Amino acid sequence: MSGVLRISSALAWRNLWRNRRRTAIMLAAISVGAWAMIFLTALTQGMVNEMIRDGLSVLPGHVQVHHPDYRDDPSIANLIPVADGELEDRFDAAGFQDWSTRIRVPAVISSERETRGVTLLGIDPARERNFTFVDLETLDGRFLDGTEDRGIVIGRKLADTLETRTGKRVVVMSQDPDNELADRGFRVIGVYRANLPSYEEQFVLIGKRTAQQFLNVDDRVTEAIAIGDDFREVEPVLQEVRALMHGDPVTVNAWWDLDTYLGAMLPMMDGFVLVWVIVIFLALSFGLVNTLVMSVFERVREIGVMLALGMRPSAIRWQIVVESMLLLVFGLVIGNTLSFASTYAIRDGIDVSIVAEGMEMMGASARLVPDLTVDNVVLANVVVLVLGFFASLSPAWRASRYDPIEAITTVQ
Amino acid sequence: MTLRLAWRNLWRQPRRTLLTVGAMVFSNVLLIFLISMQVGMYGLMIDNGLKFSTGHLQVQAPTYIDEPKMRLTVPAAAALARELRGIDGLEASARGVAFALAASDERTYGVSVVGVEPLHEPSVSSLPGLINAGRYLEEDDAAEIVVGAVLAKNLKLTVGDELTLLGSGLDGSFAAAVVTVAGIFESSIPDLDRGFSAIPLGFFQETFFMGDAGHLVVVTAGSIEQVEEAAVEVGERLPDGVVLHDWDALEPALRQSIQADLGSSFFLYFVLVVLVAFGVLNTQLMSVLERTREFGIVLALGLAPGRVGRLVLAESALMGLLGMALGALFGGLIVSYLSINGFTYPGMEEMSAQFNLPASIHPRVTLVSLFAGPLMVLVFAVLASIWPALRLRRLEPVVAMRAAV
Repeated sequence: MSGVLRISSALAWRNLWRNRRRTAIMLAAISVGAWAMIFLTALTQGMVNEMIRDGLSVLPGHVQVHHPDYRDDPSIANLIPVADGELEDRFDAAGFQDWSTRIRVPAVISSERETRGVTLLGIDPARERNFTFVDLETLDGRFLDGTEDRGIVIGRKLADTLETRTGKRVVVMSQDPDNELADRGFRVIGVYRANLPSYEEQFVLIGKRTAQQFLNVDDRVTEAIAIGDDFREVEPVLQEVRALMHGDPVTVNAWWDLDTYLGAMLPMMDGFVLVWVIVIFLALSFGLVNTLVMSVFERVREIGVMLALGMRPSAIRWQIVVESMLLLVFGLVIGNTLSFASTYAIRDGIDVSIVAEGMEMMGASARLVPDLTVDNVVLANVVVLVLGFFASLSPAWRASRYDPIEAITTVQ
Repeated sequence: MTLRLAWRNLWRQPRRTLLTVGAMVFSNVLLIFLISMQVGMYGLMIDNGLKFSTGHLQVQAPTYIDEPKMRLTVPAAAALARELRGIDGLEASARGVAFALAASDERTYGVSVVGVEPLHEPSVSSLPGLINAGRYLEEDDAAEIVVGAVLAKNLKLTVGDELTLLGSGLDGSFAAAVVTVAGIFESSIPDLDRGFSAIPLGFFQETFFMGDAGHLVVVTAGSIEQVEEAAVEVGERLPDGVVLHDWDALEPALRQSIQADLGSSFFLYFVLVVLVAFGVLNTQLMSVLERTREFGIVLALGLAPGRVGRLVLAESALMGLLGMALGALFGGLIVSYLSINGFTYPGMEEMSAQFNLPASIHPRVTLVSLFAGPLMVLVFAVLASIWPALRLRRLEPVVAMRAAV
């Protein structure tokens, strides 16, 4: 049997090159299709990753702990009912890649010129250095140097609006847990830039201890966060944080609960990749089936002779299927090579800053860096091969069902 | 004659023709669907992006657009709005914009406070129509406020409660007022519901020491197409010291996100069309090769080579037209159905909320959305068969007649 298969396969290979032009055109079509599948997928994947990373950088943290009412009412009154020192001990012992506890409350900031609403973050700068959205490289002035730092770090856009700069004073107003107005003057020690300009308007940072004193909350915080290795695989971290907080009246959420827009991105992305791959394949499949049908049709007499000489119909079927698979495999090889080459060529990203504000509306930054993932490449190739196999069954079946005598006498 | 021959030639190999036309119909239907969805979505994005507060045009102080600061005012804003309302077909309303700390009994939040003309705001903004508790503002100098639903919840406010506003006035001095909640609106746009409030313009000017000045005069025309014309008319009546911006300048993100989306969709469309073109190229090349002998005979009988070439092009064009007709038929049916019933998919609600869109999209059926895609396919199909057609010009009748098939 294996001998027959080998002969059929050899025949299939040679048949491909009997009509070089047709094979070349089909190869070109498959290559372009495979390239388009993988390349566009890589670009989209890159954009989605960037959006999620940027989005997570302000959340931040893959898993967060809050007072049960905090998410509906993000006020200082809804503190985590566990002392910060205790939280820190628990998280420190758990060995997350990164973790932090912080205060996040709405506040109002005023310079002598202007007043704006902002989100006030009281952080431990030593902990957050690794994952903050603040670009420490381009920071003007200095970053907070400890939880008791008395200065404030604000964004560039906010600094412009407030007409203030490092060294000048601003007043921050918020409320304490008893709804008494809390206000305090801070010296601007740093002006930061962020990947997304809207962050520069929204977030101001002070030391955590300073925030606790300012807001009159002793040793308490509004959120505790933990970060794992990969934002796609958060489940273990989630379980661990749940275990840490077991028995305390708090809610523990993964990032996709906290930002439903970002949370919808990943499944959307996977859906998009599959739909896109299938659409391209369908457009290709018409050409593929057409090519196979034609090549069978041209060879009716020849197939009749083979059948008359005793070749089994199954061997004929095999031959056609192998022909189609060979076409697909070669097309895929070229297509994959092309897409590797083109993603490599733009590995540093393409600049889409002409539509920067539109990209920001979607939550993406102005630089598009492709991300070629193994999953997506495998998906595209497997879909093409599997569906290609099924698409070639009908012409193959037809070829094997010829009556030898009729086939031999067919006039072409 | 060429057409009739071409038509008959197509049906000599019905399966091949059908497969090629099938590929065309498939991509045509897909293109029609996608393009109609886009046209529908962009229209919605623009309308929804502008209707809540931006309007079509705004009169502002020259640098206000870059730095929206308290002291960059439009003098006599309400009077200017009144004058602009005199232009046929235009609506206008003046606004003042400030930032304040809003304190209720239990909570304090920073909010943006907009002074509006209660009588005219409803004609330039859809927010007054979205009040779901209480009522909209009525008197121009009443100490009343309408707030967003999330803000009301965060401040633990209901209609009739009092709220203290603290901010700074035009001259930088301390400004404060106590207002009564007249109504609560729900726009389902997080930013608005969470941080937006409106008080009457007269009261605003009093509280923030604005005199008769405002920060914006918002103008809307009948539709987005009439904006350009309206801009010219408004421009003629502007006093010195203020400028006019259209929605494109006010909301650059809107046009840019449309452009970013168009860019990626064009890539997608182009790939589809190219794949179909490859299919046509293959079909036509094969059918030309098959007929080498036949072409040799007609050439020997004296038919001009150009006509044979035209025959091949006509065959492709016929296939393209057939694909276009069937594609437009099926695509049109699908899209018309969806334009009535709407289209949605899982996860779309979250995505749509980001762009202020409803959770289902009603594609728009227009001539452009129906025929742009199929026309592209037709053009590429004809282009793809130029090569096979040109090969015929080099055909030697005698050699061709002897050719083995």
